[in-house]
Amino acid sequence: MRSLVVFRAEGEGFVPPSSKDFELPPIFGDNEFTTKPIFLILFSVILLSVFFLMASRKASVVPSKLQFAGESVYAYVRNDLGKEIIGHEFMRFVPYLFTLFTFILVNNIFGIVPLIQFPTMSRISFAYVLGIITFGVFHYVGIRHHGIFKYMKDILFMPGVPKPVYILLTPIEIATYLVVRPLTISLRLFANMFAGHLLLMIFILGGEHLLQGAVGLKLVSPFAFAFGIALTFFELLVQCLQAYIFTLLTALYIGGALADEH
Amino acid sequence: MSFTLLAAGGAPNPLLPHTAEIVVGFVAFGLLYIVMRRRVVPMFEKAFAARTEAIQGGMDRAEKAQLEAQRALVQYNEQLSKAREEAQTLREEARVQGSAIVEELRAKAQEEAARITAAAHASIEAERQQAVTSLRNEVGTLAVELASKIVGEALEDQARQSRIVDRFLDDLEKSKK
Repeated sequence: MRSLVVFRAEGEGFVPPSSKDFELPPIFGDNEFTTKPIFLILFSVILLSVFFLMASRKASVVPSKLQFAGESVYAYVRNDLGKEIIGHEFMRFVPYLFTLFTFILVNNIFGIVPLIQFPTMSRISFAYVLGIITFGVFHYVGIRHHGIFKYMKDILFMPGVPKPVYILLTPIEIATYLVVRPLTISLRLFANMFAGHLLLMIFILGGEHLLQGAVGLKLVSPFAFAFGIALTFFELLVQCLQAYIFTLLTALYIGGALADEH
Repeated sequence: MSFTLLAAGGAPNPLLPHTAEIVVGFVAFGLLYIVMRRRVVPMFEKAFAARTEAIQGGMDRAEKAQLEAQRALVQYNEQLSKAREEAQTLREEARVQGSAIVEELRAKAQEEAARITAAAHASIEAERQQAVTSLRNEVGTLAVELASKIVGEALEDQARQSRIVDRFLDDLEKSKK
């Protein structure tokens, strides 16, 4: 892909990276299950499984360094995202929240890991998958907790509101619960990763292009690279933040579905 | 994929999902969820519970030990005060006994002294009596001798002799008064 851009740059000037750069061709023939994002997703599952299985294998009162590392992440999700937000029934959802957080975090960080350098969550399919699961989980939990009629009634006719307001509120609530929530949670994750990766590509590839230009342009190119490196660190922040936000919102939705009052 | 490529005329629409990716996404997430739920979370929870237990148990043990110590202290204090009381009683008893013994000894000594004094008195009296008797005999003999020498008259008759001495002595005693 890089050689493609360079080749173009030589011929017809700089071609900025676009959504085309996210459509990676299959590695083996034209089997669509052999693209880089799919391998990365599977790799992340193996990586996380191995790490956390090793970390928790000999879980003891006095933790080893590895156990401590795994346990810190787990305790963070369990207490700060689960217990704080969902309340006393939080333990049922800790495995889901923990899987969600670590899965998104690792796949996001792939975006700045050398040689990998592709944030898997910039493929919207994966973001949709996670959004759909969260959507299913929090509605299921709400229906189980309140019963289907009470749960629907609470959504359609929010209690404690004057009747005429329902004309305005009910469509908004329906849209919120059925469309906005799963869509925004997916899009937020996808768009952040997509835009971040695009930004990095612009600075790195742009710097490379400048290096092949006139002398004046060559002098400018280190600044482009430096900016690219600075943005890489910024990306790390965004990647962690997005994993946190996705998990936080899921916890909030579950907590909301379990709450007795809206 | 060809559909996606078509969607935005050359530049693919990034908002359209791929079937393969959706499938793999569900499978991958599901697998990871199973691993986390079956193995990782229970183990971590076990460690947490054990840790809580260890801390709680330690605190309980410390509390129990403190209680035990408190009880022992109270017990010791009690024993100490009891021992003190006992010692006090013993001392008191000893003092009473001691004074009784002293009293007894003193009485005994007094008695002894009285006895010795009485014996001495008796022996003095006896000696005096003896002295008086022997003196009387001697004085009688002397006086008779003297009188016989003076008078020249032998008073051989014992009875008469002693009668004369007695009369003499009686006169002596009378004149002394």
